Amino acid sequence: MPKSGSTPKITRRTALAGLSAGAALLAMPRLGRAADETIRIGFPTPLTGPFAAEARDQVKCAELAVKLVNDKGGIADRKVELLVRDDKLNAGEAATRTLELIEKDKVHAVVGALSSAVQLAVNEVTRARGVIYVSISQSDTINEAKDFSKYTFHEALNPHMTTSAVARQTLKKGMKVAHLVADYAYGHEMLRGFKRAQAAIGADSVGEILHPFGAADYSTFMPRLMSMRPDVLCISNFGRDQANAIKQAVDFGVKQQMKIVVPVILHNQRLAVGPDVFEGVVGGANYYWGLETQSKSAAAFNTAFKAANGGAIPTDYGAYGYSGVGSLLAAMQAAGGTDTDKVVVALEKLQYDLTKGPQHYRKCDHQSVQSVLVLESKKKSAMANENDLFAILANDAGADDMLRSCSELGHAT
Amino acid sequence: MDLSLIIMQLLSGIALGAVLVITALGLTIVFGMLGVVNFAHGALFMIGAYAGLYLASLTGSFWWGLLLAPILIGAFGMLIEFVLIRRLYGRSIDDPLLLTFGLSYILVEGVRIVFGSDGIPFPTPPQLIGVLDLGIGFFPRYRLFVIVLVAVVLLVLWLTLEKTRVGLIVRAGARDPTIMQVLGVDIGRVWLAIFGLGVGLAALGGVLAGPMRSVNPEMGSLVLAEAFVVTVIGGLGSIVGAVVAGLMVGVSISMVALFAPEMATIVMFALMAVVLLIRPQGLFGVRGRTA
Repeated sequence: MPKSGSTPKITRRTALAGLSAGAALLAMPRLGRAADETIRIGFPTPLTGPFAAEARDQVKCAELAVKLVNDKGGIADRKVELLVRDDKLNAGEAATRTLELIEKDKVHAVVGALSSAVQLAVNEVTRARGVIYVSISQSDTINEAKDFSKYTFHEALNPHMTTSAVARQTLKKGMKVAHLVADYAYGHEMLRGFKRAQAAIGADSVGEILHPFGAADYSTFMPRLMSMRPDVLCISNFGRDQANAIKQAVDFGVKQQMKIVVPVILHNQRLAVGPDVFEGVVGGANYYWGLETQSKSAAAFNTAFKAANGGAIPTDYGAYGYSGVGSLLAAMQAAGGTDTDKVVVALEKLQYDLTKGPQHYRKCDHQSVQSVLVLESKKKSAMANENDLFAILANDAGADDMLRSCSELGHAT
Repeated sequence: MDLSLIIMQLLSGIALGAVLVITALGLTIVFGMLGVVNFAHGALFMIGAYAGLYLASLTGSFWWGLLLAPILIGAFGMLIEFVLIRRLYGRSIDDPLLLTFGLSYILVEGVRIVFGSDGIPFPTPPQLIGVLDLGIGFFPRYRLFVIVLVAVVLLVLWLTLEKTRVGLIVRAGARDPTIMQVLGVDIGRVWLAIFGLGVGLAALGGVLAGPMRSVNPEMGSLVLAEAFVVTVIGGLGSIVGAVVAGLMVGVSISMVALFAPEMATIVMFALMAVVLLIRPQGLFGVRGRTA
């Protein structure tokens, strides 16, 4: 047993600690000076972990939004800088990084977070410090009165909007519906949305199975789901969970018996498991590049993204990065700077159209009112090219009545 | 609850257990013979899946991928033993553990750089697509194939260890390497082969899991945790233990999924805690063994 190995290790660590402290000291005055000129936007996102693919697209699009503003001379003659941080899909990590962004990097606002628990952690920090936070996570507990603050904005779609749009396209009166749901906030919110839509349409639940978040194997849930004999199986989970769950359901022959429906159909996960597995799966989306034939804003966004990324197309979650940062920057432009109260007022008044048509933040809960797409994954033989993944089944224009009412969320009306 | 559903559930538990057995086996063999806790086992599982996918697309056949990937990655494992791990024999058990831990990061990042961090589709071989009607329900052909293949691999492994001269040397080497050297056996070569075998089994597990899950750089981390749980339940270093514990964990997960699906992941850790309380050395482990 070598004991000698432990002594040099400690000295090395001490040396490292000393070095990094020194580096931090050197970096400090530079940051302090920069505070007067650039506008800094903090951007926590899960660059590592099961949502890494979606997170990376968000960063690319957020950078594009910043670049387009800087190319036009910035905001009030100030350049904009994006500070990307890896939140590792962990609420504690996200809170620490956000605190650092605010206290050390002195950011003027925060945009980002993908997971429901993580956005709540970021919101806790920004709310306590009076910093604007534009969330681009699909969960909307953040809009309910208990978590809400005037600094909190939600740019993404929410479970209520996507599930009701998807249910309208796929469910009919008297249909039997089974649910496979990820056992955390996102899954529970989607399940609640689906059940509400189901009740309105007159379809019946025949069973719900909650699965652990981040599971790699879903085979053990399949026999029971099949024995429920539903017409539609709603799979409410996210990221790689969606890819694995659909792939294994298809392996078990689920598609021969029932239709698979998801609240949000993910571009990157469709790519990760291929066209045969996803064929016929229907789900909601905030954005799909194929919208360019119907929308000028989509065509312009695609062109800008392609130019900046070597001809690649923007994805659904990428578009959130663009519209989240883009709407904030537009409000700063209107407010003439970074004064928090002025920017909040500007965001509330803002009418923006960045990727898919007109959007605005609802006054009471700061939820972005926007259109919802319903997509169906194409058969391999029906794909015109490798980017031709989905057919657009519906494009429901944004309206206040798509959202839960202000009073239901606990806001004074 | 109806009986056919329980049988179907049992079968999916066995299929799940089969992959666990293959990955835990590699881990336990390397620990039992070499005293090395291989923290890179999960990463090598992932590398195996990528290698299988790459070879399958190169040759146009899943079967070549299934055959060649474990051999190729097994050879890579031997290289790791020869260049890195060999230098740490006779030192504290922590040293190879830290080395392989670091290695796992290098491998995962390496794959991220080469293949990207997105998942890649791993198509099921055309012969095994679809379901088989078992009379009581439908079961994916591919998963049945996995059960059969794992059973064959186990049989071959058992026969080699118990019935051949090579097996005799390996077993004796695990018991007392010094005596083996005195008897004129080059124990270094045995260890090289054993490490290669352990890594090859990890890679085989990866190729087998590929068509059931999406292939991505992080797919090994969860597998490593599961393999450790199985090895601890079965007893560190015990081959029989890995097989029994692997199946036990697979079936427990499956049965719990039937009654309390949200508990499906926790059950294996609960099982491990119970086993450790009653038999700290694991079901088939030897008491007081430290490498």
